[in-house]
Amino acid sequence: MFVQALLAEGVDTLFAYPGGQAIDLFDALYGVEQIRVVLPRHEQGLIHAADGYARATGRVGVCLVTSGPGATNLVTGIATANYDSVPLVCFTGQVPTVLIGNDAFQEVDIVGITRSICKYAVTVRRRENLGAVIKKAFYIARSGKPGVVVVDLPKDIQRAPGSADYPAQVDIRGYKPNTEVHMGQLKKAMECLKQAKRPLFLLGGGVNIARANKKMTVLAEKTGIPVVTTIMGKGAIPTDHPLYVGNLGIHGSYAANTAVSACDVLFSIGVRFNDRITGKVSEFAPNASIIHIDIDPASISRNIAVDIPIVADAKNAIRALLDRAPTLDLTDWRAEIVRWKAGHPLPTPPRDLRRRRHSNEHSGAGHRSRLRAPGHHLHSEQRLSGQCAPVAGAVLRKALFGHLPALPQGLSVRLQPSLGALPGVHARLHPSGGRLRREGDPGTVRG
Amino acid sequence: MTKKRWLSLFVENEIGTLARIAGLFSGKSYNLNSLTVGTTEDPTVSRMTIGLTSDDRTFEQIKKQLNRSVEVIRVVDFTDAAIHSEELMFVKIRGCSENDRAEIERLCLPFAAKILESGADTVLLESVQAESRNNDWIALLQRCFPGRLEIVRGGSVAIETIGGA
Repeated sequence: MFVQALLAEGVDTLFAYPGGQAIDLFDALYGVEQIRVVLPRHEQGLIHAADGYARATGRVGVCLVTSGPGATNLVTGIATANYDSVPLVCFTGQVPTVLIGNDAFQEVDIVGITRSICKYAVTVRRRENLGAVIKKAFYIARSGKPGVVVVDLPKDIQRAPGSADYPAQVDIRGYKPNTEVHMGQLKKAMECLKQAKRPLFLLGGGVNIARANKKMTVLAEKTGIPVVTTIMGKGAIPTDHPLYVGNLGIHGSYAANTAVSACDVLFSIGVRFNDRITGKVSEFAPNASIIHIDIDPASISRNIAVDIPIVADAKNAIRALLDRAPTLDLTDWRAEIVRWKAGHPLPTPPRDLRRRRHSNEHSGAGHRSRLRAPGHHLHSEQRLSGQCAPVAGAVLRKALFGHLPALPQGLSVRLQPSLGALPGVHARLHPSGGRLRREGDPGTVRG
Repeated sequence: MTKKRWLSLFVENEIGTLARIAGLFSGKSYNLNSLTVGTTEDPTVSRMTIGLTSDDRTFEQIKKQLNRSVEVIRVVDFTDAAIHSEELMFVKIRGCSENDRAEIERLCLPFAAKILESGADTVLLESVQAESRNNDWIALLQRCFPGRLEIVRGGSVAIETIGGA
């Protein structure tokens, strides 16, 4: 059933580290040619790699680890992926159901441990539920605001004979993400926009997750409204686009932050107004009416009071906006932003960093030769691939320096051949912040 | 405005649901006054009644967070709804003299509380009333019998009136 389910979900890569309570599932994977099993040196590297895979491909990253330490080693990766809305399904081995609660060998309550940092966590307690639970897990992970689902599989459930029929449909009565746009709210937003003299788009990860980049670029061009992004939203429109101002917040640019402070309408899509971008909430965008489109109602008006909330999938909303959005005359506003940009450019990474790779700054012993300056990393991959994306997540220097001249969709297709394996994307980009946190994993890189 | 609020939750009757809901409140530092849960006419659905104190904005966020939980089927705001709401409470009073017993009987009357048991020097009382009435009654008993009370409260259970709001 397990393998059937993975195949039915189109899983081609499984990030997996074996152990006693998961060994039956590994046995079942022998001879399954459609699934490539990536074995790292540690589960934390494993889940970050699955996270990178999911970010780059837009598909669900799938992890399989054993019980106890195998499961607990996933915790940081689960939190990272979940807060960044990355779809992962993590299968954890578990001691047999009769031993649960006995403090058995390598038993931990991973569902309890991860409950507050994942979208859904469940222990499968009956073999007949296995198919439905896995179906549910993939559906929850990838739909709505994507996130992490933990599926805990006791060893006796793994071994029990049972039906291999995998359900085609899933219906969860407590989980119905709303993706359609409320037209009334959208019209209100349009009215607000028509009055605007200094409007600004604030784009977050939601635009990238919805793969709405092209439409978003067209929308920005049609309206003429300048764009700032969050770290997760970088690449929502190309960073070399004339309408792109920069990243917002504590890690952002002067021009982007000044533009937010000065704008009169902040049209935000797929953001969650994290404290890193808002700073002091009472002083955030003080002159602006705030429009917020998000698929997650709980992200709206949580940190920042929103004037016009719209619950919708970013792509659907942007599509609807394209039909209705006005073309505005914003020449003066854009010129002002250009002056801010010119007056306070971002520092560019020094060219000689490559020659300084043996300096103390990159002290990952044994891997120094692999490390380069963050900006350089992106530029070199860019040259290889023609484009690049923030695969490894919270590398702030990369977020500052990195350029995304094109859209991130094609990343995996282009990087994969160049690095041999997607875990390599993680292993090579993640240390680019100057610290080699997962030093075990460059060994996993192929090619 | 910070005030007392009530929620009625329809949730999956599954292992872990209570932990998820309770964990949401503790993890996000939401105030939680009381939480009751029990089965319903549908064995796959449990119903919770939650009492909490919060301001408007936090309350909106709490409702959204609960709605977002996969295990939560429906969230109903009972704060300003027409509902029946009652809480079971037991009270033991120690060291009771004959005069105390007479006093207790007198105090039970306006609150429709019952004497369940009368021991050698202890009296066991039961009160089923709205939470606020129980609060009032406890305040009265504390004044009359300071340091001699043992209290167990069940938390409120609420349902919409037939007439509706």
